Amino acid sequence: MDLLGSKPTRFGFGDGLVDLGERHSNVVVLGGDITGSVMTSLFKEKFPDRFFSIGIAEQNATTIATGLALSGKIPFFASYGAFCALRNADQLRISVCYNEANVKIGGGHAGISVGPDGATHQVLEEVAFLRTLPHMTMIVPADYHEARKATVAMGEMVGPAYIRFGRSPVPMFTTESTPFELGKANVLMDGTDVAIIANGALVWESILAAKELAKKGISARVVNVHTVKPFDFTTVTQAARECGCIVTAEEHQVHAGLGGAVAECTAKNAPVPIEFVGVKDSFGGSGDPEELMVKFGLTWREVYASALIAMERRDKGSSGVRAIREVATYQG
Amino acid sequence: MMREIKASLDFNTATFTNERRDPEGFAPIANEIRRDIIRMLVRAGSGHSGGPLGSADVFAVLYFGGYMRYNPADMQDTTHDRFVLSAGHMAPVMYAALANAGCYPKQEQETLRKYNTRLQGHPGRDMHLPGVETSSGSLGQGISIAVGMAMSDHLLDKNDRRVFSLTGDGELQEGSVWEAAMAASHFGLDNFCWIIDNNDCQIDGRVPDVMNVYPIDAKCESFGFDTIVVDGHDFADLMRGFDRFLENQRNKTGKPTAIIARTYMGHGVSFMNDKFEWHGKPPSKEQAAAALEELAEMP
Repeated sequence: MDLLGSKPTRFGFGDGLVDLGERHSNVVVLGGDITGSVMTSLFKEKFPDRFFSIGIAEQNATTIATGLALSGKIPFFASYGAFCALRNADQLRISVCYNEANVKIGGGHAGISVGPDGATHQVLEEVAFLRTLPHMTMIVPADYHEARKATVAMGEMVGPAYIRFGRSPVPMFTTESTPFELGKANVLMDGTDVAIIANGALVWESILAAKELAKKGISARVVNVHTVKPFDFTTVTQAARECGCIVTAEEHQVHAGLGGAVAECTAKNAPVPIEFVGVKDSFGGSGDPEELMVKFGLTWREVYASALIAMERRDKGSSGVRAIREVATYQG
Repeated sequence: MMREIKASLDFNTATFTNERRDPEGFAPIANEIRRDIIRMLVRAGSGHSGGPLGSADVFAVLYFGGYMRYNPADMQDTTHDRFVLSAGHMAPVMYAALANAGCYPKQEQETLRKYNTRLQGHPGRDMHLPGVETSSGSLGQGISIAVGMAMSDHLLDKNDRRVFSLTGDGELQEGSVWEAAMAASHFGLDNFCWIIDNNDCQIDGRVPDVMNVYPIDAKCESFGFDTIVVDGHDFADLMRGFDRFLENQRNKTGKPTAIIARTYMGHGVSFMNDKFEWHGKPPSKEQAAAALEELAEMP
């Protein structure tokens, strides 16, 4: 896994929408006033007759999308995740999911890597909510190409779907030809000592951590769970059984997101120690994306340290953990 | 004999056609709808009496006056006009209208609110009752879905399908209703008809006491609707409202239509009439018998 440049995942969403628009004449897009920011402006320029501006009204946009979907269209509505996953939560639950309407939502500015805008615009809770909704498909792509492929895939499947993407450039490490299948996790690096299960921006950090662990002779498996729902129980269970301990890593609250999904899966199928890397029950704040990722503990260093703790817990039980806690401050 | 059938707690099999008719022609239909509402609710043992009874006349004109074009034998047909019940708790009146139109067997009305029924307490699209276009029950959403449907017809498919949606008046307290209203006029949806069941009642009391929504007509006007206030228990007046909508669509006015139907909650059953206490409860067996007796006197 090598670095191939960097680009925001939102560009992948915008380009994927144009791909879809070219292939399907019934794909339509609803704007929520921030079309340039969430890249639906690309679709608007190319297909002005299939773009509708709804204004700053996320509840209405979500339900209008339902009406369009129930009329045979494939509507995409995109805004910031804070507003198009939570502001409209009831509309997603009742109008979209209970109706099984073929509505697609693009949630931008996800995580704290939005940077200077601060906590109101940094959504850290929506994965938890969306993965509890019946019929919902929930995708968290890791880089530009994956976002583009995921956007096309969600448009071509039938049923409610949500894609989470970020504002700032993130490392690119997949290519146009990397396989992508909704609901199927990708094992990016094979390993047997510890499984690092991540999505979004934390996938690359997990790769960096695995490379660092390799220097110490630790073989880490890196699994990219880009689809949080439907969840790939098979791949995660296999990782738990073969590695015996897990680290989850996500740009989201540690509660009920990807880590929660992994814990639910392994508690049932293969109970193993899990360490959770994510935002620990706090709101975000202003700052540069890089410094915020450090402040909130979302870098390869936390993944690395968590891997050592997880292995310690597996090998020695909780008694060995107190000593190893010091490793959590490991600075590389 | 006829009177006994009408007063009976049992469902019958009579259905009605959907066609242009004289105002007095709606009375027997509206009263059969009311009787079915009572029959359904007493069996269910829970549910909303007031709103459904109060809007039975509106539904009689909407479903049986030729204004909404549909095929009772095939409600999946994608060329028909559509109705979205935004006030989901008023499901019994829609269920009764659909049954009396022949969209599904009238006897099935006895399953209202029962396990695995197609007649869910609030409409559930997942149960596939013919004519239920959407799930609704969380107020303020249906009208917005209807606007999306009207956009699809008017702006994308460019056909002449009509979309109707009915909200309550208490429902107007949900802010998203006005987001939908704004969009309907912004997009020039003259194929969209918004019906407001203005009975002035909601669970906690009179609407202006709970949270004032008046003046409704001026609000609708200012949101860009061609607005008409009608007596919701006067068939000729209701027809005037729906005729105005058809005229607006025919003339391509680019304006959506709002019909504000002034109704009384529980209308047709004297002991329920205009009483907000009847918003969310069913009649007891005795009350149902009394209501059916009273309704049997009507056409």
